[in-house]
Amino acid sequence: MGDQILTTVDWARAQFALTAMYHWIFVPLTLGLSFLIAFFESIYVKTGNVEWKKLTKFWMTLFGVNFAIGIATGIILEFQFGTNWSNYSWMVGDIFGAPLAIEGIFAFFLEATFFAVMFFGWHRVSKGFHLFSTWMVAVGSNLSAVWILVANGWMQSPAGMSFNPDKARFEMQNFWDVALSPVAIHKFTHTTSSAFLLASLFVVGVSALFLLQARHQKMAKRSMVVAAVFGFVASIFCAFTGDEAAFNVAHRQPMKLAAMEGLYVGQEKAPLIAVGAINAGKRPGDDQPAFHQAVKIPGLLSLLANRDPNSFVPGIDDLVFGNAGQNVVGAEQRMITGRTAISALASYKEAKGRGDVAAATSALAIFDQNKGDLGYGYLSSAVQAVPPVAITFYSFHIMVVLGTLFPLIFLLVIYFAFRGTLESQRWLNLACFASIFLGYVAQQAGWVVAEVGRQPWAIQGLLPVGVASTNIAVSNVQTTFYIFLTLFTALLVAEIRIMVKQIKTGPEA
Amino acid sequence: MTSAARQLYLFYREGFRSMVIGRTLWKIIIIKLFILFAVLKFFFFPNYLKENFSTDRDRAGHVLENLTVSPPSR
Repeated sequence: MGDQILTTVDWARAQFALTAMYHWIFVPLTLGLSFLIAFFESIYVKTGNVEWKKLTKFWMTLFGVNFAIGIATGIILEFQFGTNWSNYSWMVGDIFGAPLAIEGIFAFFLEATFFAVMFFGWHRVSKGFHLFSTWMVAVGSNLSAVWILVANGWMQSPAGMSFNPDKARFEMQNFWDVALSPVAIHKFTHTTSSAFLLASLFVVGVSALFLLQARHQKMAKRSMVVAAVFGFVASIFCAFTGDEAAFNVAHRQPMKLAAMEGLYVGQEKAPLIAVGAINAGKRPGDDQPAFHQAVKIPGLLSLLANRDPNSFVPGIDDLVFGNAGQNVVGAEQRMITGRTAISALASYKEAKGRGDVAAATSALAIFDQNKGDLGYGYLSSAVQAVPPVAITFYSFHIMVVLGTLFPLIFLLVIYFAFRGTLESQRWLNLACFASIFLGYVAQQAGWVVAEVGRQPWAIQGLLPVGVASTNIAVSNVQTTFYIFLTLFTALLVAEIRIMVKQIKTGPEA
Repeated sequence: MTSAARQLYLFYREGFRSMVIGRTLWKIIIIKLFILFAVLKFFFFPNYLKENFSTDRDRAGHVLENLTVSPPSR
């Protein structure tokens, strides 16, 4: 039975990862390109130059293709909550059900209204109202990402709620604690700024292709300058929000930070790994080295985690087995607390059932004292609290390396654009074109860090994925996994084919 | 039909008629929505708790059962 459940959970996780990753191919381009289109059209309205209008309409067409192909891909995630993750879905329904529904309705009406004006209204409404509609699409698209990212932030660091043992639900106690938790804020700002960066890479890359082909050069150079400036600003903001996000991870999900850096033994002046080949055979508590080879920057991880280069950063071993000297409670100890909480919850349920108020009150008091580690009680071994280290480490470093490369590319584009030699920089244009793909790699890597790095938790410390899931037949989840794989691949192929056709046609389309 | 409503109707009608690439995209959207809602949601993604339990009290009881009797290996 246990193996069967684990297999179902693994397939459910794989299915969720598959659909989320495909979904995130479409979404960031929508979020970022909407603002770039608004910039382009603003310049058109300001200057009255019809070349900018033509340029705006070209990028708007690509935006429309991406939006149409990506529309409703997120709905599938919602389907999965009800079927594959019914326990989780029930437990958080009070917190996220209504806001997500309201956000969906708001986004639908905003998009139905202003999208129509943006695409149909060029000759039917005033320039000013058309521009306003384009800006509203940009703002609305990005606002529609708020609550789902707040929900994700809450899962990483639950706040503003309490657990109701009678309803088996987390109930919202303070809306603002949920909506404005530091994790939620950084989740939103880091995600949207990375989307702006990706869209900038897309515009710069497609424009670079035009320059390589000696087509539409004036339009391409104009697009590149605006996108490179926006992309550079977004890159800096993305790095800043990424740093803040990492600081939050250090304090709220220290195991994830340790996995991100392959840090097994905690230390003061902890180094950041610049480049490293991780030892996949390494296990918590053994004597093997964590890396085959690594280039380390002393003190930088301590600085990142605590704003102090001399501070102590706990490693995986500390977080599994505990480190009394550094006041680190390990998963082993938390498992005892968690099992006490589960036992008290069971006693409460039983006492309520037989109408024994005194026993129920007593059990509830014990539960309340121990509920902070509830999720650890479901683990069979403390090592289960460790996420896949190699995947988390490499994803984090790929994201950081690419995130460092992109602003340099934007700077070079700006430099050569102002020197008037952009079209002759073949190597740079090739790099810009390749960066479209690299931008998507960085996006996916970022989400892998966020989601793989927080395993085994559906809700950090409170609910492991195994308990969050539904006990259904593994074949059900396998079947839908392959259906989604086929469907999404078909959609991606359709998007790429239509995009390529539009790009080949160019702005005259 | 009032003047404003008629203008709105004409706005959308003319917009849809003047679409070029949009026609292909709408076809993709409609096929996709059909697959998602008429096939996947209907046949493959029932809401487990709604299908198997008739009241919120029963659903809560089932989840609480899972939370309290789940073996540690999960």
